[in-house]
Amino acid sequence: MTFDAEVASDADGKSDVDAKSFAGVNGGSGADVLFDVQELRKYFPVPRGVFGRSVGQVRAVDGVSFRLHRGETLGLVGESGCGKSTTGRAILHLIEPTSGRLVYDRQDLAELDRAQIREFRRRAQIVFQDPFGSLNPRMTVGGMLSEVLKVHRIGETGADRSGRVQELLEMVGLHAEHAGRYPHEFSGGQRQRIGIARALAVEPEFIVCDEPVSALDVSVQAQVINLLRDLQKDLGLTYLFIAHDLAVVEYVSDRVAVMYLGKIVEMAEAEELYGNPLHPYTRALLSAAPDRDLKAGPRRERIRLSGDVPSPIRPPSGCPFFARCPHPGKDEECETASPLLEEKGPNHVAACCKDPLPRDGG
Amino acid sequence: MTTRPDLLVVTDLRTHFTTEVGVARAVDGVSFQVGMGETLGIVGESGCGKTVTALSILQLIPSPPGEILKGSSILFDGEELLKAAPARLREIRGNDISMIFQEPMTSLNPVLKVGHQIEEALRLHRGLSKSEARSAGVALLAEVGISDPEERYDCYPHHLSGGMLQRIMIAIALSCEPRVLIADEPTTALDVTVQAQILDLLAKLQDRHGMALLLITHDLGVIAEVCDRVVVMYGGQIVETGTTQDILTRPEHPYTQGLLASLPGSGDRDVRLNPIPGTVPSPVNWPAGCRFRDRCPVAEERCAESVPELLPLSEETTRLARCWRVGSIGGPVEGST
Amino acid sequence: MTDRRRVILSALLPGFPQLAAGRWGGGGLSLTVWLAFVGLLLTRWARFAAGWGGPLDHKIASLTVVAGLIGAWGWSLYDVSNPGGVKQSGVSQWSLAARAFRKNRIAVAGVLVVVWVYLIALVTPLIAPHDPAAQASLLTARMVGPGGEFVLGTDDLARDVLSRILYGARISLSIGFVAVGISVTIGTLVGAVSGYLGGWVDTVLMRFVDMVISFPRLVLLISLSALFDTNSILMITVVLGFTQWPGTARVVRGDVLSLREREFIEASRALGFSRRRIILRHVIPNVLSSVIVVATLAIGNVIVLEAGLSFLGLGLLPPTPSWGSMVAGGRDQLLGAWWMSTFPGLAIVLTVVAFNLAGEGLRDALDPRLRT
Repeated sequence: MTFDAEVASDADGKSDVDAKSFAGVNGGSGADVLFDVQELRKYFPVPRGVFGRSVGQVRAVDGVSFRLHRGETLGLVGESGCGKSTTGRAILHLIEPTSGRLVYDRQDLAELDRAQIREFRRRAQIVFQDPFGSLNPRMTVGGMLSEVLKVHRIGETGADRSGRVQELLEMVGLHAEHAGRYPHEFSGGQRQRIGIARALAVEPEFIVCDEPVSALDVSVQAQVINLLRDLQKDLGLTYLFIAHDLAVVEYVSDRVAVMYLGKIVEMAEAEELYGNPLHPYTRALLSAAPDRDLKAGPRRERIRLSGDVPSPIRPPSGCPFFARCPHPGKDEECETASPLLEEKGPNHVAACCKDPLPRDGG
Repeated sequence: MTTRPDLLVVTDLRTHFTTEVGVARAVDGVSFQVGMGETLGIVGESGCGKTVTALSILQLIPSPPGEILKGSSILFDGEELLKAAPARLREIRGNDISMIFQEPMTSLNPVLKVGHQIEEALRLHRGLSKSEARSAGVALLAEVGISDPEERYDCYPHHLSGGMLQRIMIAIALSCEPRVLIADEPTTALDVTVQAQILDLLAKLQDRHGMALLLITHDLGVIAEVCDRVVVMYGGQIVETGTTQDILTRPEHPYTQGLLASLPGSGDRDVRLNPIPGTVPSPVNWPAGCRFRDRCPVAEERCAESVPELLPLSEETTRLARCWRVGSIGGPVEGST
Repeated sequence: MTDRRRVILSALLPGFPQLAAGRWGGGGLSLTVWLAFVGLLLTRWARFAAGWGGPLDHKIASLTVVAGLIGAWGWSLYDVSNPGGVKQSGVSQWSLAARAFRKNRIAVAGVLVVVWVYLIALVTPLIAPHDPAAQASLLTARMVGPGGEFVLGTDDLARDVLSRILYGARISLSIGFVAVGISVTIGTLVGAVSGYLGGWVDTVLMRFVDMVISFPRLVLLISLSALFDTNSILMITVVLGFTQWPGTARVVRGDVLSLREREFIEASRALGFSRRRIILRHVIPNVLSSVIVVATLAIGNVIVLEAGLSFLGLGLLPPTPSWGSMVAGGRDQLLGAWWMSTFPGLAIVLTVVAFNLAGEGLRDALDPRLRT
């Protein structure tokens, strides 16, 4: 029913995943499923001309389904324009999805009223990429945090709230006296910590981390990654970790989903996905990542993709990866039929019509 | 690798900027050589002075507020660039040393066709006629791996993807067959599959034309991919140099070690990353003594008192490090990969 | 200079220690205010004292003097006794902008002139040598040149030009201030709502903006004055205010469109903030810097507009003095009595230039591209 190894064995001892149940058609969330995303689509209109008539649609997210379990980290990787950030925003209803069902803790988000949406906002939060754009430059850090507390009526008195602000700042590794400062007085890494503190202010259980470290220097990146992991452990958080850096995603994620042109093309547990990638795109992506591990003996064989990602305005009718696919067995079927996610290994799904090639030499 | 004759020799380069809050010593005594056909990587985090170093070589530093201090020297094939007349400098910039930048989107003029921009460079530097320039331009596009070069030639920049634009920037840089190509974060704005293509292309072109490549990046992975030797910069200074193999597998300076330890490698997920604490200090007031000491796990008293020199490690003359403890600390720190 | 001496000095001559330290913006203002108002008290004590029982404008004038003196004195003493300021909290974007602004001497001079023009307008009842509407002898005092009893001469109805300029300043400046106040408020709200909400709201509001812009103001004023038969200050102010705002709305909307994409706005939505809160607390504070610039430049614009309307006879009716109608009244006498329109004209130029210099300086200081 799910892709979590632990759950699968708990439930019935065997995995019964197929493309259909994966797509979530037969619903039935398990007890520890926090977020069930089913067939999520988000199309953006392309306006053109004087009257802004829509002349087409960008299919940013095109039928994405996954389940998030409490306490886990699901990594979402892909190149720019693959729809990973749009997915993160759409599941939080920051942008209205075009279609799809979003079931959060057994509640369909589409059915929530205003008060319930507010409640949902307390439970699900987001941390952004840009440490410069994600904080209001005109507010002090303390002002920002206490505003959140005030809006959500956390803390009875002003003193309660300022105590909580201090707590939050210390939780993310800043000092209480930073509360009076403005965002421009902080470094990039510190701002990212402030962004995390703001998300934590409402005591959420789920956080979408949208490229939270990609704008940071390497040494600072590691500080923030450690912080995110510590917070997860201490507060029992669930993360959707969106990033383009494969190594970072591998390090933080329990499971990883790879996106290409608005679709998930492969999803598995991190170790499995990195160790045994089945989709040709995942293989190419992994082999394209620069290899800095010079001690690890001879280099892997390189798969080099030609060309660029096709335009999401007119996506190919068949497999989205067809034009660039290096698989020697690709044929007309690939060009015309859009492959579904199928189980290709234990808790390992991939959207490819062809059998995976055997792994090269090493 | 170091037996190759030196083509570009930078000695004691100091580039300072006057700012409202004081003098920013962005590059503060940097020396290195690039041999013919060699690939030298300069790696460091933002604010370490790596980009300013590159811009200083071509003297593209806006002045004021920037100033290359007296006593700095940049020898290109034996010629002192810092004393060259402006006309000679323009000649060198066009013909002998080229540069490509991080943002291909903003490096091209959006209202001119890309072909026109390549043609311009070809006609200026090679003195070709209009029709000659066109065929040479199309050939260049084909060489940098652009499919349908004839068609792309008449495109405007916004019709092309980032990877394609970077290829065009490389084509323009190659139009004058430079002997040194300076690439400042050439793949940072690109996706990882496209980055791999561009790095392959750079390596291939370097082989074919025998030019020297000075690659500036923050990404140790890119360094590992293409560089022969590496210069690690911190706080406007070089803290360590050596072959790529040495730097990545046997870093000596605590900063290099910290940098490697900060990376989530292919290692165990349960091992905590080992970041360098704190943040890079401001170039307006570097700490006295060793500039890394505030963040250094092994700093001692003498690190605050006097600045360590960039010294060769025992008997290895190509391997230098700027640390008092070099020699006494061996091997990478725990947790690095 | 020891601290103690600086304190004593600033008690006697507020602003002098700051001026000596090169901070001639604040120092210059408080010193000039102090000196001028003390001088005013010494020479016009009787009028000052009578002011408390007089008409409203007279009361305000006396109050302004007291407030100016206390303000100058208090600021200087506070400033001297807190060297460097007690800095515990962070440096806001506003104080960064203020720092940048202070370096721009021309803009600071513009602000000083503006503040002084307003102060003079406020204390006019205390300093005007004559009643602006009172006629001296038409036989002996008609179109007398500058100098003598009438410092800037008299007009064709034997009224004192200086007094009329002083009283006219009140009219022109308050029209400018109130009209821009109205237009900035409407413009900011419309622009912020339109830009933030987008969609059909944006379309409707922006088409409305186009409509207001394309509506000829002169026609509106002529028909309104035909309708109501009087040209009151209120009517002109309201008409100018309600026709001036589309410019602000467009500037604000443009800013908001780019602001809306910023992640802190998205974060506010993710945190469940209401639209109202986001617009009022997060969007508008971030467009205020452009609004301030637009407003400063618009005040100058409105003053010129009002002068133009009065010049055309669409403005205020005589005998109410306004700069525009004074210029208009003197245009036939330009050869015989040049001072009649020249001095009010100069007043307009001085004020508008000062506003523009201040506005340009603010634009540079507040430019968000310089900082994040």
